[in-house]
Amino acid sequence: MLGYALPFAIACFALALLLNLWRLATAPTVLDRILVVDTMVINMLALIVLYGAQSRSAISMDIGMLFAMTGYFGTVAFCKFYLRGRIVE
Amino acid sequence: MRRLFPHPLLSFMLFIGWLLLANSANLNNLILATLLAILVPLATQPWWPGRPRIHSMRLIGYVIFVLGDILCANVEIAAIILFMPARKIASVWITVPVDLPDPEAMALLAATITLTPGTLTAEFSTDNKALLVHVLHTRNPDAVRDAIKSRYESRLKRIFM
Amino acid sequence: MNVVIDLVISGVLAVGGLFGLIGSFGMLKLREPMQRLHAPTEATTVGVGAILIAATVIGWQNGIANWHGVLITIFLLVTAPMSALMLAKAHRHLAQPKLPDTGTDAQWASDPPPRDDSD
Repeated sequence: MLGYALPFAIACFALALLLNLWRLATAPTVLDRILVVDTMVINMLALIVLYGAQSRSAISMDIGMLFAMTGYFGTVAFCKFYLRGRIVE
Repeated sequence: MRRLFPHPLLSFMLFIGWLLLANSANLNNLILATLLAILVPLATQPWWPGRPRIHSMRLIGYVIFVLGDILCANVEIAAIILFMPARKIASVWITVPVDLPDPEAMALLAATITLTPGTLTAEFSTDNKALLVHVLHTRNPDAVRDAIKSRYESRLKRIFM
Repeated sequence: MNVVIDLVISGVLAVGGLFGLIGSFGMLKLREPMQRLHAPTEATTVGVGAILIAATVIGWQNGIANWHGVLITIFLLVTAPMSALMLAKAHRHLAQPKLPDTGTDAQWASDPPPRDDSD
């Protein structure tokens, strides 16, 4: 069963990334673009972790952790910059 | 004991967090985790006055309760996204009056509201007595407000004594 | 026993993938910016949470015990409300939507301060 479920989940998240890209290209406001990039980071994280499960490597979880952190700080920094015009106050 | 561990829950989280991060529980990491669990709360104690008293067992029960709620609400929101025509989705802003004593409890309530799909905390009032919540789809805003108050706030009141 | 675990993990993986997809689809479908903010919450909590837990269990089965999946799940659950709050504040700044009253004497935290006419 796992042989079917893993590729299915990978396909789902790959499709989700494509939808995100489409949204990124057609986003009406700056805010939507920040939101889309945030979601793309999370979808990429899922893909990295799934790839790690597929290829039986232990290192992918560590990559995923770093990815989650940089994605979160990136989103907050973007919003802060947008709100205040600077990031560090 | 109270002087050695000013924040028992924080110490516990640091201990577990370090072991998870180190990915092994051999003697070196156990010693290092214990040191961190003692030193970090002691060093940061002056910057966290007026710590709340927390009922730990009820907190765990609350987390499990919220996880269950997240699962149920997810299915509802997935149905709205997939099957409801976009122009029929009625989003509203609602004000939720909150009566919680600690800022920590407010933060926990706000996080709970956001994590439950369909509702999203957007703003606090300056006196910490109200939350601004955006609801994705509802016909009855008052019912959503009452649900938040009865399901989450009443439980949080019993956790933060 | 192994077959049962395999089935459960497969189900969790499928559900997680579907919810991630629905979250991204929601961002395309919903019309207002504030509504779009709701969609990724779903993808983050159930979608990626399920994937991470499933991947961790698969790692254990393969003999690669890695606890970082649990850490990532906790990290995502803790930080998702914060980024959503920041995005909502930025949206308020951008679109200036009409908001309800606070119900108390105080105002919302990022309202402009009331004008002081005394000086």
